[in-house]
Amino acid sequence: MHPTLEVRGLRFRYPDGYPALNGVDLSVAPGEKVALVGPNGAGKSTLLLHLNGILHGEGEVRVAGLTVGDGHLGKVRAALGLVFQDADDQLFSPTVFEDVAFGPLYAGLTQEQVERRVAAALQAVGMQDAGGRVSHHLSGGEKKRVAIATVLAMEPEILVLDEPTAGLDPRARRGLIRLLDDLPQTMLVSTHDLRMVAELFPRTVVLDQGRVVADGPTSRLLADTPFLAEHGLEA
Amino acid sequence: MRFSLETMHIPDGFLSSAVAVLGWGLAVLLLGAALRQTRRQLGERQVPVMGVLAAFIFAAQAVNFPVAAGTSGHLIGAALAAITLGPWAAVLVMTAVVAVQALLFQDGGLIVMGWNLVNMAGLAVLGGYASYRGVLRLVGGHRGGRLAAAFAAAWVSVEVGALATAVELAASGTTTLSFGLPAMASVHALIGLGEGVITIGALALLLTARPEILREAETSPGQGAAHFAVGGLLLALVVALASPWAATSPDGLNAVAEALEFSHQARPLGSGLFAGYQLPGLTHPAAATILAVGLGTLIVFSVAVLAGRGLRPRTAK
Amino acid sequence: MHFHLADRYQPGSSRVHRLDPRAKILIVTGFILGLSLSSPGAWLPFLVYFALILLAAVASGLGPAFPVRRSFVALPFVLAALSLPFTVPGPTLFTVPGLGWAASLPGTIRFAGIVLRTWLAVQAAILLAATTSFPDLMWGMSRLSVPAPLVAIAGFMYRYLFLAGDEALRMVRARTARSAWTEGQRRPSIVWQARVTGNMVGSLFLRSIERSERVYDAMLARGYDGQVRSLVHFHLRRLDVMALAATLAVVGGLVAWSLRG
Repeated sequence: MHPTLEVRGLRFRYPDGYPALNGVDLSVAPGEKVALVGPNGAGKSTLLLHLNGILHGEGEVRVAGLTVGDGHLGKVRAALGLVFQDADDQLFSPTVFEDVAFGPLYAGLTQEQVERRVAAALQAVGMQDAGGRVSHHLSGGEKKRVAIATVLAMEPEILVLDEPTAGLDPRARRGLIRLLDDLPQTMLVSTHDLRMVAELFPRTVVLDQGRVVADGPTSRLLADTPFLAEHGLEA
Repeated sequence: MRFSLETMHIPDGFLSSAVAVLGWGLAVLLLGAALRQTRRQLGERQVPVMGVLAAFIFAAQAVNFPVAAGTSGHLIGAALAAITLGPWAAVLVMTAVVAVQALLFQDGGLIVMGWNLVNMAGLAVLGGYASYRGVLRLVGGHRGGRLAAAFAAAWVSVEVGALATAVELAASGTTTLSFGLPAMASVHALIGLGEGVITIGALALLLTARPEILREAETSPGQGAAHFAVGGLLLALVVALASPWAATSPDGLNAVAEALEFSHQARPLGSGLFAGYQLPGLTHPAAATILAVGLGTLIVFSVAVLAGRGLRPRTAK
Repeated sequence: MHFHLADRYQPGSSRVHRLDPRAKILIVTGFILGLSLSSPGAWLPFLVYFALILLAAVASGLGPAFPVRRSFVALPFVLAALSLPFTVPGPTLFTVPGLGWAASLPGTIRFAGIVLRTWLAVQAAILLAATTSFPDLMWGMSRLSVPAPLVAIAGFMYRYLFLAGDEALRMVRARTARSAWTEGQRRPSIVWQARVTGNMVGSLFLRSIERSERVYDAMLARGYDGQVRSLVHFHLRRLDVMALAATLAVVGGLVAWSLRG
């Protein structure tokens, strides 16, 4: 059984020379729920963009057994569903239905299959009646749910989310945490919300200055206050 | 609340069917070229980039600044789009803006959209761009030169769009050249100044923050084609004006005159758009306007070139 | 905080709402073309066209006053045609007091014709926008041979319109909040204000460029390959074809009638 996600020795430098990733090693097994934490500028978002091939660095990234960057990006992107931080960037179609249908449509499915996937995905996030709505009329929490649905519709092996609770009011945040708890997929979530991490994610990876500085059980890591403080975190 | 410029979006009913059809013919050619060229320039990014930027232009048109007692100035954005995106990408962006304004907000008609596109997405964009490159060649590529050239481009884009609108209205018999041309030209000469200043402001920021954007725009595909296209469109306008069938619109005056049995009195508009004058001399309002606009353009260009040259950075001796 | 641009669409489930967007687009286009081809002197066609508008307005559940109320949109442009009564030769209808300008009968008729045409055309367009959601309208356009990239661009524009508008509004409000001046102080010059406005526009542009890059990334993440694809949303029904045929028949008849004089 291959790891769902495997990153080895990943290095990346931005065009202006800034070294964002300095040798990242990470491995996620099927069914795991892993949190990725670290201060701003640690390279979390940059790392996530490497996982589905939007950015290319040195080293190796393998998703569901496929090497990222080898020409089957379509399959990689179907296997690893990336949910971006800003839901508005992710909801770019005129209606919710079309947004959720986008992934399956581009995966080459028939109209009937697409419609079925859309219905299932919207159901999974609790937005079954939202199909005809226009994205800009949704609330922040609803947008995040639909954004997750857009990725679920591709039936990925692993869900990767970038700051899912950022900007949500307490009620929407609670709803999203419940949703993430219910979803069965393997998950890697980048977040500042350490209380959510304590609730949902048994394993935590700490990233700082482009490398992994800790990787282990959440309860142990979150109890180590001086270590957290050293890396700009507070439990 | 609606934020677009009322004076250039022609509504349905103001152009004759013949003129409208010609406009669509030109618009289709223009769009075909724009789609091809932007595909070359942007590839896969064509759709999302153009779409989001069209939304930007629309929103930017809503940002106003008070001019005097209750009125305010707005940006149209054709020149800015051309300078920052390249001519053909700008054509596409402005097309989306004009089309969505018509379909969603009934700002501009549907049958006459062909000409609205030609005016605002074709002539304004390409005319502005050609002016920008022209002035730039005369002043050099330094910051001051770019800003000066942008000012000229913005002014020209507004003015040429306005003039074209007046011509189309006259060719349809909705107004006369002697009324329409001076009216549109003068109002838009002022609007053009506002456009110029806002465009400079926007460009100044962009030159500081991301100058590479402009370099990309200036090396985008289809530069030559853009200059060729604007010439073609202007030619089409002249043809539209001069052609005999521009004046005898199907909803023409003759039908009315006959119905009222006054045909012996009424001189059909078709006897010449300069009806009533033997020689379109300098006393004729339309000719005088054309002269005035020509002079105005010359002045704007000269000021831009002088300013651009004057703002050239001094090299250390 | 929301951009105060109301989406003209009025959701509903009337027969008109449920007509295939392709049929509706063709109906409205035919209608406006018919208007364009009718000569100003003949009043009967205008009455029939108005009746058609009323019929559509009632059938859509929006009420007969709806399109009329919203039709004053195009009024300002009427000024452009205002010269007609005074420049078209013919017997004088009335003279403007004080200015002594003589308005001719044919000129005034012509002017009235234009105003009527525009007024009716705008109402047809209003009904189209009110009974057809923008996404459906775009879908209809794409099936009527409008190039797919163009339709997709319009779709993105529609989606991000309100967001961009919100950003612009926020900037304008921030500017207002920082534009306090006391009585007696000299107001900032127009040039300065225009420059500040320009900076705001430039800033909006940068944000839009950056957003477009992120949107592209999001599309890639879901498998975008550069081709524009869409699903089928509507199937032509008998009602659609009949409505279209009926409208074209009426319009065609009116055009033929008015051309014969």
